[in-house]
Amino acid sequence: MTETATHTTGAGAPAPPARFAVPGRIEVNGRVAGTWQTATLTGIRRETPRASTFRFAVPGWAGHLPGQHLMLRLTAEDGYRAQRHYSLASAPDDSGHIELTLDRVPDGEVSGWFHTVARPGDEIEVRGPLSGFFAWPGDRPALLLGAGSGVVPLMSMVRHHRARGLTVPLRLLVSARGPGELIYADEFGAETTPVFTRTAPAGAPVGRLASAHVAPLLAEPPAGGWEAYVCGSNAFAEHASRLLVAAGQPVDRIRIERFG
Amino acid sequence: MNTTRGFTGRPRAARPGLPPGQYDAGDDWPVLSAEVTPEIAPADWTFRVGGLVAEPRTWDLAGARLLPASGYAGDIHCVTGWSKFGVRFGGVSLDAFLDAAGPLPSATHAVAHAHTGYTANLPLADLTGGRAWIVWEYDGQPLAPEHGGPARLVVPHLYFWKSVKWIAGLELLDHDEPGFWEQNGYHARGNPWEEQRYSGD
Ligand SMILES: Cc1cc2nc3c(=O)[nH]c(=O)nc-3n(C[C@H](O)[C@H](O)[C@H](O)COP(=O)(O)OP(=O)(O)OC[C@H]3O[C@@H](n4cnc5c(N)ncnc54)[C@H](O)[C@@H]3O)c2cc1C
Repeated sequence: MTETATHTTGAGAPAPPARFAVPGRIEVNGRVAGTWQTATLTGIRRETPRASTFRFAVPGWAGHLPGQHLMLRLTAEDGYRAQRHYSLASAPDDSGHIELTLDRVPDGEVSGWFHTVARPGDEIEVRGPLSGFFAWPGDRPALLLGAGSGVVPLMSMVRHHRARGLTVPLRLLVSARGPGELIYADEFGAETTPVFTRTAPAGAPVGRLASAHVAPLLAEPPAGGWEAYVCGSNAFAEHASRLLVAAGQPVDRIRIERFG
Repeated sequence: MNTTRGFTGRPRAARPGLPPGQYDAGDDWPVLSAEVTPEIAPADWTFRVGGLVAEPRTWDLAGARLLPASGYAGDIHCVTGWSKFGVRFGGVSLDAFLDAAGPLPSATHAVAHAHTGYTANLPLADLTGGRAWIVWEYDGQPLAPEHGGPARLVVPHLYFWKSVKWIAGLELLDHDEPGFWEQNGYHARGNPWEEQRYSGD
């Protein structure tokens, strides 16, 4: 040890923390998550010029919790397969249906097929639900921060909250370029504050999500404090999670889902 | 096979080196950590090898830089579906750290843990023999914090959730102990060529 003693600390270093600072919320059933199931498209609903919601019948769907996602795959005639992750937009229910909301990505292989080819009756394959980490069972006060299609898993939480008549506090801050690009605009209620970054309705401010949006919510947190859920692009996730930390939200109560 | 009506996929040339179910992310390097990017000054970074070793050892960045330089040039594969070709990482082979600490014959597995508390489990055999690195450079530049800087583990032959960002240490064990994503439904080993994504694959 002596020869590198100037650069090593040897014994006395603190024991490493045993677990990820942010524990998972639920156990995931590996057997269900591992099985591909056929999903039949039953309806398409336009949300914004760039985003649509796709409703599927999945008879064997095991159910999910708000915040979870699935893996979806498309198969070409020559056997080529493309698979992508999508968040579940619908609240858990027993209808045998699930909904996904897809942004149309320029030249996107999978989202492109959905936005230009897909029609009711088409069959695709899904596996899931996946990840117990971003899930919200509806048990703790939830502070939700999303941008663009990052609002999708958060909307599942809002819908769940509403469908179950939950009274646990829930707040959603959602960022969009303008009112026309705000996914689910008609469905938001008093729990939601939209933030418009490029164009806003008359009288509403234009600008990115800022500490002025976050600080008041953290200055008077509900009993037990917030569980924060952040979802969107990496740039948004970095920005929003830093605002939360600066406003006093503990890092081990911030869950982040980055769409890449 | 359940073909999808009207789906052809993007025109593509056969891409040797692309594991099944993956796509080429091109110049993109998505960030997929589930936690807040920690601010760790290079001067505060340490890396400890402990558990079933002859002598637990801890290095700081200056000490780690005294070990023989090594690096990885090649491809990386993320379980979310993207692969990135021709990346260049600079650092030190994990063998150099392990040799200094002296794994005991009973050591079969390791838990890699981050300064944030994130963990991933790995068979020791996946970490030795020039197959794993501690790196602090990407393309000749300091590794960015959101990609795991000051330093991260790189185990390129496994899905990248095993390549723990902000690496703090390795704990050698005589058994396998699931890490963060493994407790959340991911596969225990994560070999991209066998598509070991989720438990049960
Ligand atoms: C956990 C998780 C949840 C998600 N949830 C949602 C969700 O709810 N809604 C949603 O809309 N998205 C979601 N995403 C993102 C989603 O998985 C896809 O990344 C997205 O739909 C784009 O896929 P795509 O096949 O359409 O585009 P891709 O074909 O993957 O292309 C993406 C971009 O890369 C470029 N590109 C890549 N390869 C090539 C190439 N060979 N040639 C030319 N251009 C190329 C394209 O031009 C395009 O701009 C989620 C991601 C994750 C990880």
